[in-house]
Amino acid sequence: MEGKIVVKGIKKHFGKGPTALPVVGGVSLNVADGEFVAIVGPSGCGKSTLMKIISGFEEPDEGEVTIDGVRAHKPSPKGIVISQHGSVFPWLTVQQNLMFGLNGNGHGDKAELADHYAAMVGLKGFENAYPRELSGGMLKRVELARALVVKPEILYMDEPFSALDALMNLKMRTELLRILEEERHTVILITHDVEEAIYLADRIMVLSPRPTTIQATFEVKHAHPRKLSSPELQQLKEDILAELGL
Amino acid sequence: MEKIKNALPSIALLAAMIGIWWWVVVATDSMIFPTPGQVVSGTLELADDGTLWEHIRASLMRVGIGFSLAVAVAVPMGLWMGRVDTAYRTLNPVFQIMRPISPIAWIPLAILWFGVGDISPIFLIFIAAVFPMIVQTASGVHTIEKRYLHAAQNFGVSRATLFRQVIVPAVLPEIVVGMRIGLGVAWLVVVAAEMIALHSGLGYLIIDSRNAGNRYDLVIAGMIIIGLIGLLLDGLMRLLEGLKSVRWRYGR
Repeated sequence: MEGKIVVKGIKKHFGKGPTALPVVGGVSLNVADGEFVAIVGPSGCGKSTLMKIISGFEEPDEGEVTIDGVRAHKPSPKGIVISQHGSVFPWLTVQQNLMFGLNGNGHGDKAELADHYAAMVGLKGFENAYPRELSGGMLKRVELARALVVKPEILYMDEPFSALDALMNLKMRTELLRILEEERHTVILITHDVEEAIYLADRIMVLSPRPTTIQATFEVKHAHPRKLSSPELQQLKEDILAELGL
Repeated sequence: MEKIKNALPSIALLAAMIGIWWWVVVATDSMIFPTPGQVVSGTLELADDGTLWEHIRASLMRVGIGFSLAVAVAVPMGLWMGRVDTAYRTLNPVFQIMRPISPIAWIPLAILWFGVGDISPIFLIFIAAVFPMIVQTASGVHTIEKRYLHAAQNFGVSRATLFRQVIVPAVLPEIVVGMRIGLGVAWLVVVAAEMIALHSGLGYLIIDSRNAGNRYDLVIAGMIIIGLIGLLLDGLMRLLEGLKSVRWRYGR
């Protein structure tokens, strides 16, 4: 069966000629509609590069990415990227940030829609605040809401919570699951946090060191909310860490 | 209260400088160098007959026109150069050569082209202010963080939205900094230009006071007024830096 996102034989080098550094060494994967796939790998293995290619911000040297059967080679509002450092515009208020992607018609009352999503991520009452007045966790919520408001089919999350403190990180995981319950998106999550991957994903892929390939795949069938201390999930964590050479 | 406290040392220093000045003039029995008291009475004399306000108005008007023209040219030019690489590569070297030429060096050409009316100093102010503002604006565009441009690209917004909601607000703080630099230079230049070419303005006041009977009290009065107005203009630009839409950049 063809998936929602099909990645076929992606290869990417940095630089040109004989000194070119192979970064992605042939990655193929298939993500079904509504599936949550986590990709974990050692730091510097090229996972961010892989994400840039899948989300259309970089062209692969070889291979292709298709979304709904159509070749994707540039970014589109169909799949929104949420990255580690965030890209909430500091010069716009929360509400203006949420309305940013709502151009064109068919979105009804923009402000109302923006406020609906602000409330959904727990930012009710902060619509007119500027980003610098918000905490790191709240900024992440703004970014998430700004993505959700354009009703993307896919979320590309590149270490989305790794700049947050540990408690906020845990809180945002739960929040994310709650939001995904309401609006079922297809998600690709890149992370170096194995527990985060186990807590959130339906399927976990482990990447090898550079040039990166998919080294192993694990299915996580447990129902949410997951208890990471359960013996099976502990075992899964050990298995994944073993793949990562730990 | 806190503000007054912070300003105390500089007020004390100014008072000390005026005191020393006064003492030195009295002690050396100078015939020509005025005491602070003479400067104040000279200033009041000028204020009374109204010429002081005329000079100030003339200088401010020239700066106002020249500087506004410079902003109107520099901001669109800087944005364009920042966005279009060919424009940047073509124009930037030219502007980098023009920029270090002191506006004073343009005075002979200004007189040749525009005569000794109001247009010459306005032209000189324009020349002085436009290059730093172009350079500042273009570099502002270049330093917009990639993640913001990527986000805009991701949401697939129109070019108009990209410009209005991302590029212009992202560069605005740099534009304000450029304007502050530009206005400072403009004020420097108007006085210099008026010393040579005209019949009104604070620069003219200084040169005319010396030429017409060695009125050094008025020379110094002119200098102090220039300094105070410069401070005021800079204060106005600082107010712009406090606007909500640019404050994010200055980390305050």
